[in-house]
Amino acid sequence: MHIVVCVKQVPDSREIRIDPNTNTLVRQGVPAIVNYYDLHGLEEALRFKDEQGAEVTVISMGPPSADKALKQCVSMGADRAILISDRAFAGADTLATSYVVSKTVEKVAQEFGPVDVVFCGKQTLDGDTGQVGPGVACRLDYEQLTYVEKVVEINDQAKTITVHRHLEDGVEVVKTKMPVLITALSELNKPRRASLPGVINASRYKPIVWTTNDFADLDRAKIGLKGSPTIVSKTWVPEPRKIDTKMIASGEAAAIASELVAALWSTELPTRLGW
Amino acid sequence: MATERFDAIIVGAGPAGSAAAYTMAKAGLKVVMIERGEFAGAKNIFGGVLYRKQLEDVIPEFWQEAPVERRVVEQRMWLLGKDSVVTMGHRNEAFKEPTNAWTGLRVKFDQWFASKAEQAGSLNIYETVATELIREGDRVVGVRTDREDGDLYANVVVVADGVNSLLGQQLGIHREWNPDQVSLAVKEVIALPKEKILDRFNLEGDEGVTTEFIGQLGGMMGLGFLYTNQETVSFGVGVMVNDLKRTKIRPYELIENVKQHPVLRKLLQGGESKEYAAHLIPEGGLHAVPPLSGNGWVVCGDAAQLVNFVHREGTNLAMTSGLYAAEAIIEAHARGDFGKQALSGYDRRVRESFIHKDLKKYQGLHGLLKEIDSNLFDKLPEALNSAAFQMLMIDGVSKAEKQKMAIKALREAAGGTANLIKLGLKGWRAMNG
Ligand SMILES: Cc1cc2nc3c(=O)[nH]c(=O)nc-3n(C[C@H](O)[C@H](O)[C@H](O)COP(=O)(O)OP(=O)(O)OC[C@H]3O[C@@H](n4cnc5c(N)ncnc54)[C@H](O)[C@@H]3O)c2cc1C
Repeated sequence: MHIVVCVKQVPDSREIRIDPNTNTLVRQGVPAIVNYYDLHGLEEALRFKDEQGAEVTVISMGPPSADKALKQCVSMGADRAILISDRAFAGADTLATSYVVSKTVEKVAQEFGPVDVVFCGKQTLDGDTGQVGPGVACRLDYEQLTYVEKVVEINDQAKTITVHRHLEDGVEVVKTKMPVLITALSELNKPRRASLPGVINASRYKPIVWTTNDFADLDRAKIGLKGSPTIVSKTWVPEPRKIDTKMIASGEAAAIASELVAALWSTELPTRLGW
Repeated sequence: MATERFDAIIVGAGPAGSAAAYTMAKAGLKVVMIERGEFAGAKNIFGGVLYRKQLEDVIPEFWQEAPVERRVVEQRMWLLGKDSVVTMGHRNEAFKEPTNAWTGLRVKFDQWFASKAEQAGSLNIYETVATELIREGDRVVGVRTDREDGDLYANVVVVADGVNSLLGQQLGIHREWNPDQVSLAVKEVIALPKEKILDRFNLEGDEGVTTEFIGQLGGMMGLGFLYTNQETVSFGVGVMVNDLKRTKIRPYELIENVKQHPVLRKLLQGGESKEYAAHLIPEGGLHAVPPLSGNGWVVCGDAAQLVNFVHREGTNLAMTSGLYAAEAIIEAHARGDFGKQALSGYDRRVRESFIHKDLKKYQGLHGLLKEIDSNLFDKLPEALNSAAFQMLMIDGVSKAEKQKMAIKALREAAGGTANLIKLGLKGWRAMNG
């Protein structure tokens, strides 16, 4: 069983600010973390590894500094980590990214053995599109299972997998054959904290780095900015919604409270709630 | 996994820990440094001024690469009155070459220092808390961490976990703080355009200035500071914890109030507050310094109370103690003996150094400060300010009369002549061992 987990290093969205002049994310000084959903994919892979045995390869396309994200994955228990890093990959949209990621999965299969399952996150925190995972599945011609909230069974012998997909109007139970690409929801599991030997191992680990030159048959027209037809026509920061507020400041606490209650009763809210 | 053994475990990647880890790793020892922060310096704060001499002893010519802010060419001491200030200070081009001190920010500096240790061969581990010392008999043999399978073993544990030393408490060398032995500092980093900093502080290029002030701290014993960085200033106040308890003033209120002082307000105007943090500073002085080593352990930096609060020196004492501890451990390593006796070379080095001598010089001060009324920290500067005002105001009153008024004001502030003299004498003695 060989599982590939795709991860992306993203700016920590809890600390993101928008540059008021350019309307783009201020990335400088914002801590970089592993995309939250990707960690759920990794955790699921590691659980399978713990229970039934599997080899887990983590891949990431990004700048050299993304090796920190890969090391974190190794500290949690991944067996190997590959950084796909080259200036020529920069500026990629979801189309170009899914191309490079699918090429990487193919190369991983060639060098380290056939791949049974690929995990991606539902979406990234910085891009939010959710397109890369399905794009990779299409290019690899794998079955794709998006928005997975539970993996019920992976049958290594029969090479089948059964999952729960979270849909808008319910849960879909699907069984399909491997190889398969799964995009993970956070309901899937709770990512583990690395053990101390894991952390020690990771801090000595050097991720494998592949550049464009390491790929035999990469179509250079399909990578980086050149391979990215997406045009961002406009970005803007939504106005914060205006909310009517009134300050009840004066008087004793009890008086303030009864004024507040009277004010609430005078709105349409109680009727709407059927009180 | 078979448990791996190290020559030394360092707990805490502050200046003390990194200096120790760097020195030992460079000497070829197998060391691991454990830090609870996401990276070194993530949550650490100081004023801060970094001194050349002691870091140079660890890493020669560090300034070529270390992330420091500005070269300190001027140090100011201000006595604040309500709407006024009496200033003292010293500026000297000679502070530049060789540079005496730099302003700095821990987030950047600690990260760099820890990375130097890592490059030298130290295994740095982050987001990991040392929770316990592991002992065999009367020896410390390792550290337990909060991670799964989290025990680590080594010949020596370097306790460099800072002012609230958890491991120091376990060694029985670190009691809970008394509120009169520790001060609480709150600090803000305030962004200002570089040109504004240069203009307002009369600076050029990478020159910087430090300002310390007393007075106007709500009747509390304490000190304020304002240091220039590249494109920010560090602004903060530190006051004794027992005074905070007594006055019930909240630290952030204090810092907001002080900011409104006309002199400070104009220096900070238009600045954007970027971060806010609070931290304890040990002020117990020499009397509070514990034994520095034992069977299988040494303790460095703030964890050992090695802070010279009179001169706001801490990082340098921390680094030097880390360096000395490392040297003693390297010797012990060569002999293969890590007992109390073998490690006592560390205690001896500290005793013979400026650390011990400086702390000894001020050993009386802690007693004195305990005795005197904190309100004096407001009253005396205020009296000096009104004296200065009187002397400089030309209003037809004779100079002799003015002098009398000034002396009277000072005397009253101190609570009578006898008190004023006593204070002066005691103060002198306290500052001179
Ligand atoms: C407001 C303020 C202003 C100051 N100004 C100056 C100044 O201008 N110049 C100067 O030289 N000194 C100054 N000092 C003093 C100086 O900051 C300290 O003396 C110095 O940082 C001590 O270094 P240290 O390595 O001993 O401890 P610390 O710097 O406190 O480092 C301890 C490290 O240990 C880590 N740690 C703690 N417990 C654990 C645990 N259980 N497990 C793992 N890791 C742990 C912490 O996260 C931290 O990184 C100032 C201090 C304050 C608070």
